[in-house]
Parts: sequence; C-alpha cells; structure tokens
Amino acid sequence: MSSIGTGYDLSVTTFSPDGRVFQIEYAAKAVDNSGTVIGIKCKDGVVMGVEKLITSKMMLPGSNRRIHSVHSHSGMAVAGLAADGRQIVARAKGEASSYESVYGEAIPVKELAGRVANYVHLCTLYWWLRPFGCGIILGGYDRDGPQLYMIEPSGISYRYFGAAIGKGKQAAKTEIEKLKLSEMTCREGVIEIAKIIYKIHDEAKDKAFELEMSWVCDESKRKHEKVPVELLEEAKAAARLALEEMDAD
Amino acid sequence: MESLDVDGPHSMGTTIIGVTYDGGVVLGADSRTSTGVYVANRASDKITQLTDNVYVCRSGSAADSQILSDYVRYFLHQHTIQLGQPATVKVAANLVRLLAYNNKNMLQTGLIVGGWDKYEGGKIYGVPLGGTILEQPFAIGGSGSSYLYGFFDQVWKEGMTKEEAESLVVKAVSLAIARDGASGGVVRTVVINADGVTRNFYPGDTLPLWHEEIPAQNSLLDILSAPSPEPMSM
Repeated sequence: MSSIGTGYDLSVTTFSPDGRVFQIEYAAKAVDNSGTVIGIKCKDGVVMGVEKLITSKMMLPGSNRRIHSVHSHSGMAVAGLAADGRQIVARAKGEASSYESVYGEAIPVKELAGRVANYVHLCTLYWWLRPFGCGIILGGYDRDGPQLYMIEPSGISYRYFGAAIGKGKQAAKTEIEKLKLSEMTCREGVIEIAKIIYKIHDEAKDKAFELEMSWVCDESKRKHEKVPVELLEEAKAAARLALEEMDAD
Repeated sequence: MESLDVDGPHSMGTTIIGVTYDGGVVLGADSRTSTGVYVANRASDKITQLTDNVYVCRSGSAADSQILSDYVRYFLHQHTIQLGQPATVKVAANLVRLLAYNNKNMLQTGLIVGGWDKYEGGKIYGVPLGGTILEQPFAIGGSGSSYLYGFFDQVWKEGMTKEEAESLVVKAVSLAIARDGASGGVVRTVVINADGVTRNFYPGDTLPLWHEEIPAQNSLLDILSAPSPEPMSM
C-alpha cells in the first residue's frame, strides 16, 4: 500500500495541503473491503440485501446479522467493520426512541438519517476518536412514503432510489441502473437484488457467502422485517438459474 | 365590604371549546379573566397561536397557561426548522402534555390543542389538569364547561360543516357564560383548515339571551354610541 498522504494522514484532525482528510478516506477503504450491500426503493417499499462473506465453515447460518431494525418502520444494512456498525445501530435505535418520547410520533426517516449522519460525522471531528469504518444503507417507510438513504464514514448522507457499498459496489450500481425501479414492486425487487448479488460475487477471491435480505413495504404492512423464507428461497433459486444461464453462453 | 385584591393571581375561570368538523377545527372561548370577584380583563384572548396551523385554548391559571404556551411555541419553532415542514397537531399536543405532566405539582392549567395538518387533517387534543392527553372529536374545558356536558351529548354530530360547527361553538360558549360567573365578556373563535386560519369575534350584545336573562338596559354601549345632543336653538 503506497502511503499517499505521508505526514498528513496521521490524525483525523489534520487537513492535507490539497484539502483532504486522509483518515476519513482510509475509513472509506475499510468499507470497500467488505461484502457488498445493496438497497433499492421500489414503488411500494424498500428492499435491502447483503452479501455476507462467510469466514468460517463452522458458523451457524443466520448468525452474524448485518441488517438490523432500528424502528418498526425502518432498518439499516451495514458494510465495513461489524463492531462499528453495531454501535451506530444502537445509537440510531436510541435516537428513534427518544424522538418518539418527546414528540409523540414515530421518527420520520429523513430525520433519522440526519441524526445518524450527524453522529457519524461527530466522530470525525476529534483527535481522540477514530472515524467509523462502516457505511450504512438505511431504508424506511413513513407517512411520506418509502425512502432510502446512504450514510458514508465521512458523515455525508444522501437520499437514493438505488445504492450499493462494499466490494462489488461498482458492478452492483451498473446492474441497479438497468432496473426500472419506479415500476417494480418489492416482491420483484427481492428477486432482482438476489440476482445482482449472486452475479457480482467473486467466486475466485471469496469462497462462500450467505444472502441476507430485508424489506419494508406495503406487503409487510410497512414494518421492517426479514424477507419471508419462501420468497428468499425463490429469489436464491432464480439467482442461481440466472447465473447458470449466463455461464452457459 | 372586603377590599378587592386587584393584584392577586389571575385566573381564567373560563369556558373553552374545541370542535372538529369536516375539513378542520373550530376553537372557541369566552374572554373573562378574574382575580377573585374582580374582572381583571373582560376582553382577553384565550386562544393562543403555537404555530401557523396549531392554536391552543387556555384555562385555569393565566400565568401558568401563558408560560406553558410560550415554551411550546419555542420548541415547536425549533422542531419546524429541523423538520423542514410544519409541525403536526399531534406533536404540538404531545409537547404541551409533557410540560403539563412533568410539572403537574406546580401548574394549574387545562388546555385544548387544536389545528390542521396535511397528514391527519383537523384534530383536537384535550390536555386537562394532570397532564393526560386525549384525542377527541370535540373537547370542552374550564369552569363553564360543567354546564355544557349535557348540551353536547345532545347536539354533537360527526361531519358538520364549518358554519354548523362555528355556530355550535358560539351557542355553547354563550350558554356557559349565562350560567358560569367566572365566564363572560365576548366570544372569540378561531377556525383552522387547509386554507388557513380565520379569527372571529362575537360581542356580548350579539349573543342570544337564554332563559331568565334580562336584556341590557342603559348599557354603557348604548350611551357611548348614542348621538350627541342637538344644541338648543334660540
């Protein structure tokens, strides 16, 4: 690894002469090394999927969850350092809970994204804290409809209709751009995301992976939950089929 | 004759009402603020603005209800800026009840929060003495409300028009004024809907007279509005 920012990359409170904060960029690299995470906003909800790379054959399937519910109406999929992600999820749950205690209604997804972004950014301001090494895809469904946000380690948060982070994010974004999301239902979206994740998974570099998916849509009564088992299996089967057809060419 | 303590704590004996109709809400109140038997203000405005789309009717201690409204207006202002859009009636009512409940030992005020927002339409929330919050199709409060329970039981119906709702409110407040010594003066109403807010004012002499009430005679209003006498011709 070439040390590009020699001298100016020792602390998150130092700018380089060309106006970059290298520590934040290095944190983003930690995200780029992790398994791909995808989120899409369909016409009736949001679907999120994670390429969970399995490090040990002895791990129980379904453990080491990467998608967490923050509130009944929203959830987060985390890429990057898992422990950092757990901290952010805990904070997001706290923010959602305290908002509801004060204002008497569920936290709007936009407000939640803003607060999480604020918290992530906060940790890039002090020399005695390191930036979070994780990227977050936040999907939720509130009274303003379904929304998808992505929060980067720098604390930037934007609203998207399709987002991807992690190893295969470039390939995933190309695939997402091909989809007609405004006409797609979440049921169809689940299948599409599974296909994309199977497609971009690099068999050579990473051995096994587990597909973890969640959604929040009209069909789930606007509650964030794991995609139902039958639909998940259907999606995996469709994805494997699509791969074989591709390989057969 | 006992001396009047004009500087004593001011209480709004009061009649306050909030009513939903098809498309919004109508809030109504009397205008009497009293210290004991002395009427400190006979034309007070008990319907206070919290945001562009949410108002609150105040009863009980004048000071307590004013301070509480000031705090809630301040918090709602910040909340609106943060959210980037108008606050909902529910949020306003919740802020009112948090203050009312958490400071229940020090406060003596009953409030009715009413307004209109784009998600829920017209809503009325009652926040009585202990700090309960209750969403209701209509709410009544203050000392004068005791005389209105039976009246509303009979007259209330869902889905009224704006005109029906406002005339119901004016009638109810005037009935309460007739029987409650701590309520009086004029009737003020505020109508809130998608088109905005309208304030109305009904002076005492425009209100109907109820059973055994005597019409005003030699009222100051008549004397003041009488034409000046003609000079005598020589």
